Amino acid sequence: MTALKKLPLRVFGVLVALWLVVPTLVVIPLSFTDRNSFSFPPPGWSLTYYRRFFTDPQWFGALLNSVQLALMVTVVATVLGVAASFALVRSRFAGRGLVNGALMAPMMVPGIIVAIAVYTAFLGWHLVGTVQGYVLAHTILALPFVIVSVTAALRTFDRRLEQAAANLGAGPWATFRQVTLPILLPGIASGAVFAFVTSFDEVVVSLFIQSPSLQTLPVKMFTSVTNEIDPTIGAASSLIVVFTTLLVLIPQLVRRSNAN
Amino acid sequence: MTALSTHAGTGPPAAPPAADGRAARRPRTGRRIALLVIPATVFVALAFLVPMVRLGWLSVTSPAPGLGNYAKIFSDGISLPIMGRTLRMAVTVTVVTLLCGYPYAYLMTVVSARWRAVLLAIVLMPFWTSLMARNFAWVVLFQDNGPLHSALRVIGLGSVHPLGTATGVTIAMAQVMLPFMVLPLYSNLKGIDRRLMPAALSLGARPIVAFGRVYLPLSLPGMAAGTTMVLILSLGFYITPALVGSPQQSMIAQLIASKVQQVLDFGGGGALSFALLVVAVVLLALVGRVARPTTMIAGSGES
Repeated sequence: MTALKKLPLRVFGVLVALWLVVPTLVVIPLSFTDRNSFSFPPPGWSLTYYRRFFTDPQWFGALLNSVQLALMVTVVATVLGVAASFALVRSRFAGRGLVNGALMAPMMVPGIIVAIAVYTAFLGWHLVGTVQGYVLAHTILALPFVIVSVTAALRTFDRRLEQAAANLGAGPWATFRQVTLPILLPGIASGAVFAFVTSFDEVVVSLFIQSPSLQTLPVKMFTSVTNEIDPTIGAASSLIVVFTTLLVLIPQLVRRSNAN
Repeated sequence: MTALSTHAGTGPPAAPPAADGRAARRPRTGRRIALLVIPATVFVALAFLVPMVRLGWLSVTSPAPGLGNYAKIFSDGISLPIMGRTLRMAVTVTVVTLLCGYPYAYLMTVVSARWRAVLLAIVLMPFWTSLMARNFAWVVLFQDNGPLHSALRVIGLGSVHPLGTATGVTIAMAQVMLPFMVLPLYSNLKGIDRRLMPAALSLGARPIVAFGRVYLPLSLPGMAAGTTMVLILSLGFYITPALVGSPQQSMIAQLIASKVQQVLDFGGGGALSFALLVVAVVLLALVGRVARPTTMIAGSGES
């Protein structure tokens, strides 16, 4: 009786799951097309667009730019975010709520508004199309994710552990390095991963502050749909989809085989 | 909370009088820790607060001082209809994600642990998959002579072109937004006491009444959180309407972008941005008002 009643719910759940996953998978067969179009299903097969992705300086350069920028943003946002989280959780100061709100604001304000505000300001400061400009803009978008995950870790942190370390003769720096940091590491790591993904995937702000000489991969993908019909985007999308899926799945598979 | 209590525990008043040097050092360390917020704040001030203030200033000074840019929103005959269309789209997307996300989040709370992990992974997948890849996939699916178009032709609807229609944008956008609805809903629903429904049923309530009077009110905080997220993101969404939609069906984000990028009308774009911000804040206040009274019920129910 209850199993029967749950059936429609399960069917509905499966449909929603398919809706979330399946449409994205069309990029994989498309990436092996031999035509210079988005025709689907592809009339013939080839590796043309994978070759182009790795040899065309525009595409491969965009990938390298994106990876480099995302790594820089990860470092900057993680360092700034961890420092800010300590201040926000472990000290009281005037305007703490205000500062917290300001740090979170870039996540709450609609993306297009952030984009044109940053663009108009960067035009005046000659930061459009520069590495510094990208890092600055992506960092403020990534900071909220780092702060959310690190402050959450800090709030559940048992400070008696630090006192115990101090009582056992550890100095402040040794306590921080040998006790505080290892315990906070999962929170910091998840913040860092979010920072990387935020920067690597960012399109809207990047579309505005890009220059022909410094383009990121998502921007190149955007223009390959809007300005020119370039199926190389299929290969780029497939690589990202497969890579990120493995990134998420591998730890779980490893855990399962360890359990077995 | 925890921070407050631990802080009180380690603060100067609790320090034993014998540790004289330490008691003197603690408050200073506290102040030094507060300084750690400065670098992040400087970054946000530079790359967000100052640009926002500049944009606001431009909106009332460029090209001429005054509220001309804001007056134009009401008089130019383009901005208002597009704002209305954007609002309709944001509300539609929110309703669709709520209707699809609620049963999904509920299903996550009733299945076995293994299936829960699978459902969670599926909902988290979009966070890890490139936004551009997903939007591009919709362009491929919706294009003329694409899979969907062919399928529609088979059932005799060959004249329907999904790419460039509001329906197409809704389907694609709702898929992109769904995780933002499901995750807060799930974290709310899993906290609801599963015995409440059988209790209501055993007291004679019909299933639909038990759901509407017991379960639904308790899930309002999650619904409010998800709705807020999806509404805000949908209002300012640029990528999906730009790729899957058409210029004739453009949203406010595209109008702002074209004003700034193509016409270099920073004042006009700024004014539209702040108008959009006001709309977003008003919507948030409305959602908060709808959710608040029942949040209190939910709170008292939990304690």
